[in-house]
Amino acid sequence: MQQLRLTRTRRAALIGLAGVLAVSLTACAESKRDEAGGGGTGGTMVFGDTGNPKMFDPVFNDDGETFRITRQMLDTLIQNKQGTAELEPSLATKWESSNDGKTWTFTLKQGVKFSDGTDFNADAVCYNFDRWYNMKGAAAQSQMIYYGDVFEGFAKNEGDAGGDPVYKNCEAKDPSTAVINLNKAKGAFPAAFTLPSFAMQSPTAMKQHDADKVTQSGDSFTYSDYAYKFVTGTGPFKFDSWDQGKGEITLVRNDSSYAPAKLDKLVFKVIPDENARKQALKAGDIQGYDFPAPADYGLLRNEGEQVLIRPSFNVLYLGINQSGNPKLKDVRVRQALAYGINREQFVKSKLAEGSEVATEFVPKAISGYTDDVTKYPYDPAKAKQLLAEAGASNLTLKFYYPTEVTRPYMPNPADTFTSISEDLKNIGITIQPVAEPWNGGYKDDVQKFGKQDLHLLGWTGDYNDAGNFVGTFFGREKKEFGFNNPELFNALAAADASPAGDAHAKAYQGVNKQIMDYLPAIPIAYPTPAIVVGPKIKGVVASPLTDERFNNVTIG
Amino acid sequence: MLRFLVRRVLQAIPTLLILSILVFAWLRSLPGGPAAALLGDKATPEKIASLNHVLGLDQPIILQYFKFLGRAVTGDFGNSLVSAQPVMSEIGTFLPATIELGLSAMIIAIVLGVPFGYLAARYRGGVPDNIIIVLTLVGVAVPVFFLGYTMQDLLAAPLGLPSQGRQAPGIDATSITNFAILDGIMTSEWDAVWDAIKHLILPAFALATIPLAVITRITRASVLDVFNEDFLRTANSKGLTQSVIRRRHVLRNALLPVVTTIGLQTGALLGGAVLTERVFNFRGLGFLLAEGIERRDYPRLQALLLFGALVYVLVNMLVDISYGIIDPRVRVR
Repeated sequence: MQQLRLTRTRRAALIGLAGVLAVSLTACAESKRDEAGGGGTGGTMVFGDTGNPKMFDPVFNDDGETFRITRQMLDTLIQNKQGTAELEPSLATKWESSNDGKTWTFTLKQGVKFSDGTDFNADAVCYNFDRWYNMKGAAAQSQMIYYGDVFEGFAKNEGDAGGDPVYKNCEAKDPSTAVINLNKAKGAFPAAFTLPSFAMQSPTAMKQHDADKVTQSGDSFTYSDYAYKFVTGTGPFKFDSWDQGKGEITLVRNDSSYAPAKLDKLVFKVIPDENARKQALKAGDIQGYDFPAPADYGLLRNEGEQVLIRPSFNVLYLGINQSGNPKLKDVRVRQALAYGINREQFVKSKLAEGSEVATEFVPKAISGYTDDVTKYPYDPAKAKQLLAEAGASNLTLKFYYPTEVTRPYMPNPADTFTSISEDLKNIGITIQPVAEPWNGGYKDDVQKFGKQDLHLLGWTGDYNDAGNFVGTFFGREKKEFGFNNPELFNALAAADASPAGDAHAKAYQGVNKQIMDYLPAIPIAYPTPAIVVGPKIKGVVASPLTDERFNNVTIG
Repeated sequence: MLRFLVRRVLQAIPTLLILSILVFAWLRSLPGGPAAALLGDKATPEKIASLNHVLGLDQPIILQYFKFLGRAVTGDFGNSLVSAQPVMSEIGTFLPATIELGLSAMIIAIVLGVPFGYLAARYRGGVPDNIIIVLTLVGVAVPVFFLGYTMQDLLAAPLGLPSQGRQAPGIDATSITNFAILDGIMTSEWDAVWDAIKHLILPAFALATIPLAVITRITRASVLDVFNEDFLRTANSKGLTQSVIRRRHVLRNALLPVVTTIGLQTGALLGGAVLTERVFNFRGLGFLLAEGIERRDYPRLQALLLFGALVYVLVNMLVDISYGIIDPRVRVR
């Protein structure tokens, strides 16, 4: 016991030792401050992200947090006009399709260079398209989500989910004319060319850093250095650094761009907790963040922050599975459900400012939306009557809803479930609630196994094409909805194949009418997410597609 | 001593092995999976099945486990599915933050908890005792995240303390070891040292509440036990001064259960760190774990959970060693 007792001298010696240690540490490393240097007078904006990006090669990505960053560095051929879903020129000044929709000719902007000095021209365009089409390896192909959606197949499909490729080849007619040839027409074009995954990247940089190398070992993927450090485009910013420990991605102005940013630096800081983002904005650590909680709008505005409401590009629907309960095959029962739900009140009391009642399955910003559809205003008496006519007055339905999740179209699933099921109980339907975690059974049970009678789900659009909504939902027989209606399937296929422009919009207007008569599910609302920026930030325009580009942002 | 250490390390191997099986099976028995998380909102069942095939997650689980084990013994725990970084390097990057936070929390808990416990015992039944008992009850009962949010809203602004993150955005501190304070000292960036300390205060106190309350109560109980011992009467009758009695006889003898508690609480700290780090956006292992669970990041979770278990085993070993130092009756063999 004695040996441990610290005598006064020992104690002094220990303190001395600690001091010496501290002094010796002091000298042992050099400060690296101010080496990078901001430079310029444009200032820095720090934006709060909700999650980590995966890496920065957009073709292997499909998540919003990655795209938020890549769209500041990389340009697409066509882009969405700020604040809308309308198309406008970007790297292509003009685009046109042949009558059969199989050939797309792009006239390219001249004198544009990638930030590594490589020329942007028709060869570079073709290099990008050919790169996607010829991508090798099941690992790489499995990560090309949007390519798979839009172009359907590869030169050689190596996964088990590939189909016949839509893409045929690309010709560089002259340096400023690129022609994309397709095997079949597709309604997704030209809007799909705005997808961040299809942004143009420097062929030189991709070759130099082996961009296509995606390897898979065990249950994980490894990407090449290109995807982490060397992504090279023509955009207003270019990549500077990614500090994983701090969760900070730094971009700097790309001075060699044809339209450089006004800011010197743009930093994305990952803050997954919603409240922590709010705190950071209050403290001035960040100058903006995405998806503020609707309950905070008032508070944020009181403090002088700008809450910018995005035009809706979402739809929330009540799914109906006709194979679940045979009564649901009767259109009168489905109509009764529609008449029985007080959507007006739900939207007003439960959803964020700016949200609207949905009248069909595409939001208003989409071409193909029409006001001329059968509507089902709240009318519980009529609902009861329809149920009685169909002999379904004692209907019992299994109503599935997700937990542990918020989606842009469904900020609070439990609340949504409660509102809707109360309405349905009022018209005499017995509800058996089934709550399951989103990524923990819900999606499987609802979409793969079709265990439900009713369920909540929705969609956020990727680009301005009605097929991206209704084609995805009702284009073929699916477990989720459990119906087989060849007439509807054919109409959707025909609309998808109709030539771009007015004919395309008309065709989808017809389909939307048809859907609202057949009523395979019930559209509930067009919810609106928001984005918040600090009082001094100018030039952020809220986009329906969350396509906010910070090139014009200034701090005033 | 050496034999003891070697034996304990060898004993840890089967423990970790069994745990790895449990973790592996448990993760895969959770509904959902990494493919659904990776592919996002719009994943179709076909795409999920295809990705599961690419990742080998459709193979028999025994086969998957042995493949995992084969790589793990070479130190390869795979890449995180969220960040695509090797999970071992992720742990290396995020561990310093958790050590800083955990160490600060434990220092707070010990420096305050032991005197509080002693005080409560000394004035047993009196006002200090009652106040301390009530406070410890509150300390154990209040959830960390609630306390964290409350501190952010009520304390941060009046005290001028940052409510989230590890460093002020404009500080531009040089990062060498990822230990913010140590880096600041090494590079003589004293403002960065001060900044890092300020960022630690609120989360460290939030994380410290539970261990603080537990240590206080154990110290109190343990000191009360010693007060009733015969040797204390002897010491008193020998005419030793009160300060010598307190230091040498009471505290020393009361410390054994306290040290055990400190060890257990240190091991359990990672649990509290998950919430604290999330609330304060303090980027450490808990932060990494929370993100991994949301995204069903098998490789990261496997590595982190095993790492947590390893820490627990090591802390227990340290506790056992410290017994021998505090109490010579417990000899380490």
